[in-house]
Amino acid sequence: MSNTVIEFNNVGKQYILGTIGTGTLSQDLNRWWANIRGKEDPYLKIGETNDRTQKGNSRFVWALRDINFKVEQGDVVGIIGKNGAGKSTLLKILSRVTSPTTGDVKIKGRIASLLEVGTGFHPEMTGRENIFMNGSIMGMTKAEIKSKFDEIVDFAGVAKYVDTPVKRYSSGMMVRLGFAIAAHLEPEILVVDEVLAVGDAEFQKKAIGKMKDVSRGEGRTVLFVSHNMAAVRGLCTSGIMLKNGMIDFAGSIPDTLNHYLNEGIDSQEECIIENIKRTKNSLSISNIEINGTTKAFSTIRNGQRSLKITIEGETTEDMTYDIMVIFKNKDGIPFATYAKGHYEGDINHLHIGPFSITKTIELPKILSRGLISVDLFIHHPMVEYYLQAPNCCTLDSEGYQAGYGTAMNQETNGFIGLEDL
Amino acid sequence: MDKEWDIILTNKTSLFNIDLGEIWRYRDLLAMYVKRDIVTFYKQTILGPLWFVIQPLFTTIMFMFVFGGIAGISTDGIPQAVFYLAGLVCWNYFQDCLSKCSDTFNANQAIFGKVYFPRLVVPLSIVISNLIKMAIQFVLFLAVYIYYFASGIDFRINATICIVPLLIVMLGGLGLGFGMIISSMTTKYRDLRFLITFGVQLWMYATPVIYPLSVMKETYPKYIWVLVANPLTAILETFKYAFTGVGEFNWFYLSYSIVFTIVILLLGIVIFNRVQRNFMDVI
Repeated sequence: MSNTVIEFNNVGKQYILGTIGTGTLSQDLNRWWANIRGKEDPYLKIGETNDRTQKGNSRFVWALRDINFKVEQGDVVGIIGKNGAGKSTLLKILSRVTSPTTGDVKIKGRIASLLEVGTGFHPEMTGRENIFMNGSIMGMTKAEIKSKFDEIVDFAGVAKYVDTPVKRYSSGMMVRLGFAIAAHLEPEILVVDEVLAVGDAEFQKKAIGKMKDVSRGEGRTVLFVSHNMAAVRGLCTSGIMLKNGMIDFAGSIPDTLNHYLNEGIDSQEECIIENIKRTKNSLSISNIEINGTTKAFSTIRNGQRSLKITIEGETTEDMTYDIMVIFKNKDGIPFATYAKGHYEGDINHLHIGPFSITKTIELPKILSRGLISVDLFIHHPMVEYYLQAPNCCTLDSEGYQAGYGTAMNQETNGFIGLEDL
Repeated sequence: MDKEWDIILTNKTSLFNIDLGEIWRYRDLLAMYVKRDIVTFYKQTILGPLWFVIQPLFTTIMFMFVFGGIAGISTDGIPQAVFYLAGLVCWNYFQDCLSKCSDTFNANQAIFGKVYFPRLVVPLSIVISNLIKMAIQFVLFLAVYIYYFASGIDFRINATICIVPLLIVMLGGLGLGFGMIISSMTTKYRDLRFLITFGVQLWMYATPVIYPLSVMKETYPKYIWVLVANPLTAILETFKYAFTGVGEFNWFYLSYSIVFTIVILLLGIVIFNRVQRNFMDVI
């Protein structure tokens, strides 16, 4: 017998757009009448896919459609996808907050969800009372909570405040307490949605460690939704990527993450070439590639050491030129420039006719995490500009990280990290 | 069909798919909810649970002035304090159950939107915690009753007193049933929320709380059917009759109320159970 603990069969979830008010009564009556005659729900039409950016002509929208997957016992499944891809709806169905419109979900074992920790805390009650309250909301019995009480208080680090009403707690304390309760109840399946966003670094580490213990040591199943790719990578064994309410990719976690990150590039409609601000009349550009793509958004991976730039086009006069690339942060403050013409006086020549220029820039080893805006110029240093393309593309740097380290953040640590000699 | 699955979530369920075993498994939660309702009521107050007593006490005094004194409505020869207090204790219990239960989905949407537990636990806990409150008020009633008894008033206490617990269960059941129905409907149609606020007040005047049924029979014999159709009438009249021997005790009226209570309660549970699965999408 297989050890499948969760099975989704053709699950779909439909929502109504706009406000609910006038007209709902007549729709309800129609629905009821169709139901009585044993007919299909007249409003369950096959809608369009769920693309927020496009205006649909149906009032009904499928937040999830045709979801089919299985989760084996002990799996740690990362669910990723852009905002509005249906991640939270999926977890809501799984945690029984709402029921699917079509299809069914089969579950083996007890489910506990940490959709948002601290829900169900009553502000007037003390930490102690809330631990019991919250534990029993999650399905624990009083005896179970009693036996784990000290462990929970210890994990949350709120021993001093346990008899103080939680309304006096800081938000971090509340999150820690909420997580501690949920992590100590012993469900077969744990559903976690973005809870680690709050809490300091130390607690986040503790929480991820606890979740690892839960899945590896105790053989329980975890479903984890997060936008924090590093956390997903570190914790999960397999991944599901949702897009517009459907499963776009499912597989091992590295494959899923790669798919997700490439998706970001493909979905970015804008091309670099569209961002050219000015070219000299004699010059026409047919193609620009930066970081291996013509799109204006790409990712610099962890450990990537080079950035390739290719410019193709045609010129009607001979040119003496150099390529200049300026990296800026999102506030427009420059922090690095590639311009050999400037600092080495290294000038190239182009003859009349088609041309293809390729430059490979060496990237520093320790890059921080963050967005980099790129200015691209073809110029004759100190003389004239042939091509000006400020902010022509955005590079998303994943940041350098190795071993147990975490990537630095551009905002707090700057663009690069320094190394030993 | 699949025995190996613990939970199967679909859109289709039968009307009477109510998992009572599940509620039993969550009995600790029910107890916690009851405790929470009681404890948080008097947190950061000086008088604490005394507030449970102060409210009916002062209302009774007010009634004695307005309805007993100014309007001069007869109380069938029972001391006014006992008469009004009996009516109020019963009516308050019903009203609290009704108005709190009818707000179940609305007041708990934050928590209902995050975690699953049998939703029925919440209205049940409301009925139970209000029962505790009612018990405290009932003690007040008994104190006043005994005071008048000791000062020589001849209450014709009788065997009907044995069914007083049944009457209280019926009050709670009616409040729970109506409350769940209204709560379920308000998730989609908010209109009912406005209705309930003044509807309850009107309902009190259509129930023999501040006047005995006999007065109504003399004054408006034409409209007596309104009172007879009201399932609370028989309950309150029987309650007063049990303690004082005055009022109308009629097995026919009472049976009607019992059947009415059972029907409303079942209807409420069925509707509530249907709505709870998807209410997050419409509230």
